[in-house]
Amino acid sequence: MKLRANLVIGGTLFALAVLVGVLAPWLAHTDPVLDANLMNAEEPPSWTWWFGTDDQGRDIYSRVVYGARVSLTVGIVSQLINSVIGVALGLSAGYWGGWWDDVVNALTNVMLAIPSLIFALAIMAVLGPGLTSLLIALGLTNWSFTCRIARASALSLRNQGYVQAATVLGYGDLRIMMTQLLPNMLGPIVVIGTLGMGSAVLSEAALSFLGLGVRPPFPSWGSMLSDARDQITTAPWLSVFPGLAIFLTVLGLNLLGDGLRDILDPHSRSRRT
Amino acid sequence: MEAVEGRKKVPMLSFLIRRLLQTIPTVLAVVLLVFVLFSVVPGSIVSSMSDDADPQVELRLKKQLGLDDPVHVRFGAYIAKLATGDFGTSFRTREPVTAMLAKRAWPTLQLIFAAMAFSVVLGVPLGFIAALRPGGLVDSAAMIVAVTGLSIAKFWLGLVIMYVFALKLGWLPSFGYGDGGLKYLLLPALTLGVSPMALFARTTRAAVLEIMTADFVRTARSKGMSETRVVKWHVMRNALVIILTTVGLQFGGLMGQAVVVEKLFSWPGIGSLLVDSVLQRDIPAVQGSILVVVLAFLAINLLVDLLYGVIDPRIRYA
Amino acid sequence: MTGAPLIEVEDLRIDLDDGERRVAAAEGISFRIDRGETFGLVGESGCGKSITALALIGLLRPPLSIGAGMIRFDGREIQHLSAAAQRDLRGNRIAMIFQEPMTALNPVSPVGRQIAEMFVLHKGNSWREAHQLAVEALASVRVPAPERRVNDYPHQLSGGMRQRVMIAIALACGPDLLIADEPTTALDVTVQAEIIELMRNLCAERGTAILMISHDLGLVANVCRRVAVMYAGRIVEERGSADIFRTPSHPYTQGLVDSLPRLGSRAALGRSRLKEIAGVVPAITNFPDGCRFNPRCAHATDICRSVAPTADLLEAGGLVRCHHHA
Repeated sequence: MKLRANLVIGGTLFALAVLVGVLAPWLAHTDPVLDANLMNAEEPPSWTWWFGTDDQGRDIYSRVVYGARVSLTVGIVSQLINSVIGVALGLSAGYWGGWWDDVVNALTNVMLAIPSLIFALAIMAVLGPGLTSLLIALGLTNWSFTCRIARASALSLRNQGYVQAATVLGYGDLRIMMTQLLPNMLGPIVVIGTLGMGSAVLSEAALSFLGLGVRPPFPSWGSMLSDARDQITTAPWLSVFPGLAIFLTVLGLNLLGDGLRDILDPHSRSRRT
Repeated sequence: MEAVEGRKKVPMLSFLIRRLLQTIPTVLAVVLLVFVLFSVVPGSIVSSMSDDADPQVELRLKKQLGLDDPVHVRFGAYIAKLATGDFGTSFRTREPVTAMLAKRAWPTLQLIFAAMAFSVVLGVPLGFIAALRPGGLVDSAAMIVAVTGLSIAKFWLGLVIMYVFALKLGWLPSFGYGDGGLKYLLLPALTLGVSPMALFARTTRAAVLEIMTADFVRTARSKGMSETRVVKWHVMRNALVIILTTVGLQFGGLMGQAVVVEKLFSWPGIGSLLVDSVLQRDIPAVQGSILVVVLAFLAINLLVDLLYGVIDPRIRYA
Repeated sequence: MTGAPLIEVEDLRIDLDDGERRVAAAEGISFRIDRGETFGLVGESGCGKSITALALIGLLRPPLSIGAGMIRFDGREIQHLSAAAQRDLRGNRIAMIFQEPMTALNPVSPVGRQIAEMFVLHKGNSWREAHQLAVEALASVRVPAPERRVNDYPHQLSGGMRQRVMIAIALACGPDLLIADEPTTALDVTVQAEIIELMRNLCAERGTAILMISHDLGLVANVCRRVAVMYAGRIVEERGSADIFRTPSHPYTQGLVDSLPRLGSRAALGRSRLKEIAGVVPAITNFPDGCRFNPRCAHATDICRSVAPTADLLEAGGLVRCHHHA
C-alpha cells in the first residue's frame, strides 16, 4: 500500500513539474523577463498576481512556471550524463578488471573525496555561469554511486553461465556488455538516477542562488530566491513560491525513487543515496 | 583443540599508518585535479582581472604571479609550496591564502560540527524509535519528516527559518557572525543540519530494521530479554557501525552545503570565501579553499575508520 | 520418571498469516517430555519442527502465531502468558541453542559479556559477579583458558568454540529444558561428536531435559530416548529410539530409516545403494488432502487420499498416524 502511495504521489508531482515546464508559454500570464513594470512592483499575491510580483514588477507566477524549464532540463540532462559516465566506467571496470579497474577505482575515490557541490562550484568557476556550464558541472560530478553499483553488478554477472555462454559464442565485449550485462543492472541504476535527478535540481538551485547558475534575468528558482533574500523584510512572498516549487519537484523525484526501489531493487541493503 | 585464528592484535598505530598511506594517492590526485582545472581556464585569468587590456600591464602581472612559466614547472612549484603549507597569494587581497583560510577555518568548523551534532542527536533516535514499531504512527511521521528534510532546498529552509525566528519573532540575529556565540550559530546550524538529520533517521531506521532480523537478535530474545534490552544491548552497537559510515560520508555533503548556508547567513567561513573567490576568479584562494575542504573531509573519514576499530572488533583484525 | 511431565503439548496449531489468508504451518502437535528426558523431533526442512520449538519458547514472530492448542510447562499453561511472564521462563527455565554458531552470537560483543547477560537478567547478579560466573560457565563447557577467552569476540573463535559458548549461555541459569535446533549441522563431523557429547553430559549432570531438533534421524536416535517424526506439519510417528529403527511403522519413517547409511549392513550388501524417498515435500500452502504423505507413498490407497489418519497407539508403545500401519 505504502509502496504504491510513494509511486503515485511521486510520479504525479514529477509529471506535473514536467508538464508545467513544457507548457510554460501557455500557462504563464506574462513574459517572465520582458514584462517588467515598475508600476506593479512588489504586489503581494492576489487574483491578478497569483504569486505576487517582484521589485521590478515581474509576475512571480510566470517566472516560477518558466523556472521549471531550467530546473528540469538541468536535473534530467545532467543526471543522464552522470548515469552514462557511471555505467560506462563501472560496467567496463567490472567486466574487464585488471588495470582499468584500478584506474576507475582510483578515479571514483578521488570523486568521493571532493564534495560534489564544491566540485561543481569549481567547474562553474572555470567555465563561467550559464546553462551549458551547469549541465557540464553537474553532469561530471555525481556519477560515483552509479559507477560503484554498475561495477559491482558487472563483477557478479560476468561469471554467470549465460554471460560465459555469450563469450563462447564469440560475442564481442561491447555486445556482451550492452546485451547481457546492462539490462540486468538497469533497476538499481534507474533508482539512483531518479534520486540523483532530485539532488541535481537542488544543486542547480544552490548554484543559481550563489550567482553561478543561469544568467539573470532568465528565471531560475535558485536565482529567484537569491533576489528574494534581499527583500525578505519588504516582500516575503517572493521567497515562498520558488522554494515551494523546488521542494515539490524534488519531493516528487525522491518519492518516485523510493517507490521504484521497492519494485526494482528489493534487495537493496542500504538506503544511503 | 580447535584452531583459533588471529590472536595477535594488529596495533592501532600500524592500522593508522596504513590508512594514511592509502590516502596519499587520493590527495595527490585531488591536488593535480585542482591545479589542472585552473590551468586550462579558457582565456587569460589576468585579462579578466584588469579591465584595461594594456599588454604591458598584463605581462608584468603575469610575471609577478608566476603565470608565464610552462605548466609542469608551475605544478612542481605549486606542490613544493603546498608542502610547506603555502597556498599562494590571493589575486584579490594580495594576502597569503593560508592566512585567509586560517582565519575562516574556525567559523566553518563551528558550523559543521554544530549541524552534525544537531542532526545526529535528533536523527538517530528518531530512526531508532521509528524502527521499533515499523508502520506505526511515529514511524510514518518520522519518515514523512525525513523525506521532507531531504527534498527541501537548504537555502530556502534557511530563508524561512530566518524569516520566522529572526524577523518575525526576533529571537535570534538574522545573519552574521557577531561574537561567534551560540546566538549567531543557532539558525545556520539548524538550517545545515536538517537534511543530514533526515538522512540519519532513514539510515538508522533501515539499519535497525535489518539488524532486528539477525540471528543474534533471536538469540538475545531467547535469553528472555525485553525488546528494549535487546535494542540497547545488541542492536545499538551494530547499528552504530552503519550509522557511522553515513555520518562520515555526510561530512562531505555538509561541507558542500555549508557553502550555501554560509553565504545565506553571511557566515565568515571557508564556504563563503570559496564562493566570493569563485565569483571574483581569485584562483589561488579557490584552489586553497577546495584543498582544505578535501583534506578535512579525508581526515574526518580517517577518524571514522579509526572509530570503526573501536566499535567493531572485526575491523581491528583485518 | 515420576510425577507430572515437564512439558506437555496438546493439539498445538501454528498459523502462518500472509495477510491474505491463514494456513496452518503445523497442526495437531502433541507430545510430552518428562524431567531430565531426552526427546527428539525429526523431519525435513519445512516440516514445522523448528517453528514448533519456537512456539515452546515463545519466540514465534509474525507472520507466524499459535492458532490453537495448549503448552503446559511445569503444570502451568504458558501459551497465553504475558510477555513479561514469558520472558521470566525464557532463558531461565527454557533455553535454546540455534543452528548457526556463526551468526547466533553478536559480532560486536565479547562472548563473556553475552554469557554474563544471563546472570544479570535472571539471577540479579551485578556485572562484575556475572563476569566471574561467565568465566566459570566457559570452563564448564571445556573452553581452554576461560579467563582469557571471556574477552574474545565471536570472530576470534572457531565454529565449535562458538557452539560451546552457545551451550554455556543456554545452560547458564540451569534451565529445566534445553531446546537444541540442529545444534551441530553447521559444524565439522569431528567437532559434531564433541559438541553432542558435551551437551548430553552437561544436561545429564544437571537433570536438564533436551528437546533436540534435527533432520538427521540417526543423530537424534543416538542422543534421545524417544523420537517424534514430523512430516508436512504433523507428527506422523512417535516411538522409543530403539524401536523406531527396528520396526518403523509409518512409511515415511521407513523411508528415513532406509535412507540412513549403516556401516555393517552396507558392507555386507556390497554395492547396495542408499534408498531415497521419491517425490518432494509439499509446500505449506499446498498440502494434499488426506494423509499428507500419500503422493509419495508406495502403499497409498483411496482412503489415504481423502481421510486424514488419526494417531493410533501401537501395542509396543508409541503412536503412528497412518491408515495402513503395521
